Amino acid sequence: MNSNTKLNILRTLLAVFIALLISFGIIFLTSEEPVKAIVQLLTGPLQSQRRFGNVIEAMIPLIFTGVGISIMFAANEINLAGEGAFHLGGLAATYFALNTALPPVISPLATIIVAGLCGMIVTGIPALMKIKTESDVLVSSLMMNYLILYFSTYILSNILRDPKAGAVVSYAVPSVTQFGTIISGTRIHIGLFIALAVAVLAYVFLYKTKLGYELRVTGENREFARYSGINVVKITLVSQLVGGTIFGIGGGVELLGMYNRFTWTSLLGYGWDAIIITTLAKKNPIYVPFAAFFLAYLRTGASIMSRSTDVVTEIVTITQGIIILLVVAEQFLSKYKHKIIAREAKAALVEKEGE
Amino acid sequence: MGDKVLQMNNIMKIYPNGVVAVEDVTFELEKGEIHALLGENGAGKSTLMKVLFGIESPEQGEIILNSQKIDIKSPQDAIKKGIGMVHQHFMLVPSLTVAENIVLGVEPKKSRFFIDKEKAFKLSKETADMYNFDIDVTERVEELPVGLKQKVEILKALYRGADILILDEPTAVLTPQETEELFIQLKLLKEKGHTIIFISHKLDEIKEICDRATIMRNGKGKGTYLVKDITTAEMSRLMVGRDVVTTFDKVPVNLKETVLKVRNLCITGTTGIKRVDDLSFDVKKGEIFGIAGVEGNGQGHLVEVLTGLSNKYKGQIRIFDQDIKKCSIRELRDLGMAHIPEDRMTFGCAKNMNIMDNMFTNQYHKPDYSGKVLLKNKIIESRVNELIKEFKVKCKSYRQSVAMLSGGNIQKVVVAREFSTNPTIIIANQPTRGIDVGAASFIRQRILDFRDAGCAIILISADLNEVLELSDRLAVIYKGRFSGIFKDVKNVTELELGKYMLGIKKDDRLEGIIYEQ
Amino acid sequence: MILDAIFSPEFLNNTLRATTPILFAALASAIASKSGVINMALEGIMLFTALFGVIFSAAFQSPWLGLLATMAVGGFIGFLLAFFVLRLKTDEILAAIAINLIANGATILILLFVSGDRGISSSIQSIIIPRITLPIIKDIPFLGEVLSNQNVLTYISLIMVAVVHIFLYKTPLGLQIRAVGENKDAAESVGISSKKIRYISLTLSGVIASLGGFFLSGGYMTKFTIGMSAGRGFIALAASAMGGNTPIGSFLVSLLFGAAQALSNILQLGAWPHELVQMLPYATTLIGLGVYSYSRMKKRQRLTGR
Repeated sequence: MNSNTKLNILRTLLAVFIALLISFGIIFLTSEEPVKAIVQLLTGPLQSQRRFGNVIEAMIPLIFTGVGISIMFAANEINLAGEGAFHLGGLAATYFALNTALPPVISPLATIIVAGLCGMIVTGIPALMKIKTESDVLVSSLMMNYLILYFSTYILSNILRDPKAGAVVSYAVPSVTQFGTIISGTRIHIGLFIALAVAVLAYVFLYKTKLGYELRVTGENREFARYSGINVVKITLVSQLVGGTIFGIGGGVELLGMYNRFTWTSLLGYGWDAIIITTLAKKNPIYVPFAAFFLAYLRTGASIMSRSTDVVTEIVTITQGIIILLVVAEQFLSKYKHKIIAREAKAALVEKEGE
Repeated sequence: MGDKVLQMNNIMKIYPNGVVAVEDVTFELEKGEIHALLGENGAGKSTLMKVLFGIESPEQGEIILNSQKIDIKSPQDAIKKGIGMVHQHFMLVPSLTVAENIVLGVEPKKSRFFIDKEKAFKLSKETADMYNFDIDVTERVEELPVGLKQKVEILKALYRGADILILDEPTAVLTPQETEELFIQLKLLKEKGHTIIFISHKLDEIKEICDRATIMRNGKGKGTYLVKDITTAEMSRLMVGRDVVTTFDKVPVNLKETVLKVRNLCITGTTGIKRVDDLSFDVKKGEIFGIAGVEGNGQGHLVEVLTGLSNKYKGQIRIFDQDIKKCSIRELRDLGMAHIPEDRMTFGCAKNMNIMDNMFTNQYHKPDYSGKVLLKNKIIESRVNELIKEFKVKCKSYRQSVAMLSGGNIQKVVVAREFSTNPTIIIANQPTRGIDVGAASFIRQRILDFRDAGCAIILISADLNEVLELSDRLAVIYKGRFSGIFKDVKNVTELELGKYMLGIKKDDRLEGIIYEQ
Repeated sequence: MILDAIFSPEFLNNTLRATTPILFAALASAIASKSGVINMALEGIMLFTALFGVIFSAAFQSPWLGLLATMAVGGFIGFLLAFFVLRLKTDEILAAIAINLIANGATILILLFVSGDRGISSSIQSIIIPRITLPIIKDIPFLGEVLSNQNVLTYISLIMVAVVHIFLYKTPLGLQIRAVGENKDAAESVGISSKKIRYISLTLSGVIASLGGFFLSGGYMTKFTIGMSAGRGFIALAASAMGGNTPIGSFLVSLLFGAAQALSNILQLGAWPHELVQMLPYATTLIGLGVYSYSRMKKRQRLTGR
């Protein structure tokens, strides 16, 4: 169905376009200098190497979260604990790095593995609860996020807090563990390669391996998968664990690459960002980096805009929400789609009668 | 008779997946007649009626009711104009009472805001009495047998003042005896001036009760005839487009060793009711063991435990002398079991995945098709292409998603997958339900081929023709127990089967159901 | 000491107070669920209406007119969710997530635009709904202390339990909502438009949730702060699900969650580390959900008699 794919891309582009248009409308309504704001939003990130670097820096965690949620959603399980997994990943990375003395290379590697394992636990708990008690993953995973937030804040202020620092922040992670920058003049770090590798690996996992095939069949029709002999309980659990691990690694990478001290005292919202990314990427990990780039660009633009004008960055959250609404809306442009299909079918009828 | 109450002119309907379900069909109805809409599965009968009832909107065509051109956008519109429909799958709310179901949407009120329950009971009772329906309106619908549920459906339409009543294959779920009762009721409705559209593909029923018949084939109209002027042979020729071949060449049965042994099987349903009650039977290699019965008499539960979908049973099931209680579905399938499920869209496929993905869910793990981690996509691809050819699946390529195929082709995908593993036991549950005659006879022939090749086959079907044609031994299931067993299927009539299916006749000895103790 | 605190009338009084927003949202969720749609946007609706409650009651200089206007906003967002889910066929969960996201951003934006405030509505002079003492009841020992001297909205929330119950089980519309939720096709077949019923249910759901949102900033607290719904909309989803989506069941479970919130509020004042105490409402919900689901699963298994 070639016309179908084309239509899908068109739909997505149109949705993004409409969402941006609405956001511009809001800017015009609320701002004293709307034109400047919009120009800054759209072109700001291109104005210097450092700013474009900001886009890439912001893209890195978004790739992890987008890939993580794509794998969890592939099993058709709406587990939203990725937010907590990312958060705990950051905390665990800090804690581990501060309490071990490992040689270079080994240290950051071990740290992000630990972060990944902790992330796995966060998404694993709701998944296990579903298996053992049949409780709804949606609500339990949301509760996990709040629990992780307060737990992390407790650890931060009681165990990891650096009393010499003014704000509530942890001690600095040792420099052997920190990621170096790879392009001078920016803060782009080695995590970029890890993120891209994770996206590619996740794609191979979903589309080329036995486990990935089982996962996709389970997600598309659980009853059918079970009937075919697939262990759907195991597969669903695996997808939640893998997804959580990727979120956790993302949290660890973000901390080692961008923060060096644990400072997160509120949820960062990466779990929600993941939703728009997977929506734009149609649940396919290989498209995630592109979607992440788009969102990162928008974010960076918004932040530049808010610094030089009176428009706040939160405008992007609204854009994001509208994009999700329109892209997921099946009926959006469906009349047009049905017309195309009906036209093709009628043409085929005429052809047959001509034979 | 004589007044035209309804005309549907040049109706065309194309479904979202591009299937042209109805193509330029014209249909007329005269007042007070029972009018058959005849055609095989997938001919477009139901779709045409859905257009009339406002469920589907047509791409072209007009509807004229009582000489007025009308526009039916929704079931509400249809109901307002005096059209009622009894669907093939019952449209009832199980937890509500009969009366609540009947008055739903037009509830009698008291003190303006509240439902008047007493009045609801009274009004539904009155309607039931008027048309001689014997039914307790205070009972919950979930507790009613199928025949009564259908009566509630008809009452629902009558309560809303339906003059034209559409019945979509009303006898499909009924026993011959319940069917007789329905026919008496329909004749009564006709006497009271109602006009009835009777959708069916059962020619003898049409002969018995209908005045005129409109025949459809492949989405096209094939004319309207007075039933008394046309023979069943002619009708079936118009309906199928060729002379129907109903008999298969069956070689005599060649029994080998026993593969499946079931002893004292009991299954309790979710509501605590016994669904399967102390069943014992054997199936040997090389035979087709048919199980006939009205739907909902335990067939579903029996298939669930035989195929490993559930292990909640008491008693014993042995395949190749191995107790299957602890077996996973994968293990059962690796023992050589294949399963054609009753509901192909729920259990038989993932509709949004492509044909290739759907054809390998039962064997991708075998060394031929995958290594330790990776799938051997190239090999799978070529094997899928072979299967598509062998089973004559009509599609553009294996990349097409299953949702884009017709019912018959989806079923072929299911059967191709299940048969491609060279099974030794096949459990076929309603293998040809709701598909066109061509695909159905193709699948039936395949089942016979496997029997001849020495496969043990259990065939569960509500289609009496099918079980009578294919089975070597035939058992009838009623309320979770076998009520009869026929070792020689040739001499059994449908009427006779019906008596066992209803539990009117019962055979307690059940000779020949097991081969050895 | 804690036990004494728990059985004190003061604590129970606080529990009712903390229950109020959850209860409104849980009733809202129950109506939506009965019609067959999960309203996960309750969180966003409460956040929006908490802000608009402050703005409107300041603008009208009347909490009651403010409440009325806020209810209209809540209903509108519920309607919007319905529009996306029913008309544009958006996945109901993803649509709700989008609305919640928009609520997060838009409340900050609107607050800034209206008042110039960042994060907390300190410059908006809103008028909150008063607490009242109940005559006669206030003199009953113990019970009087628990029930009297509550916010008017708390009393309304208790009355709403009965109102929603009667609505769902005694009125034609309630019957139709339940029919649509249980078997949409059956309702359609008798000419009930399932879409219309769901539009009504989700709009009503939004209206009821807005009472909870209004209470947050105009009763429970006296100002709007960003993110102040703090997961209550999600907790309410658990409450109504665990209450079998019946108003009375939802009420009982909401009480439990309200008690956890009240306990957390009390303990934060003591020597306990406040971060851990803040986990209490969420932990209660998580464990409660687990226990409820487990017992439901066991009951089902018993019936099939393994």
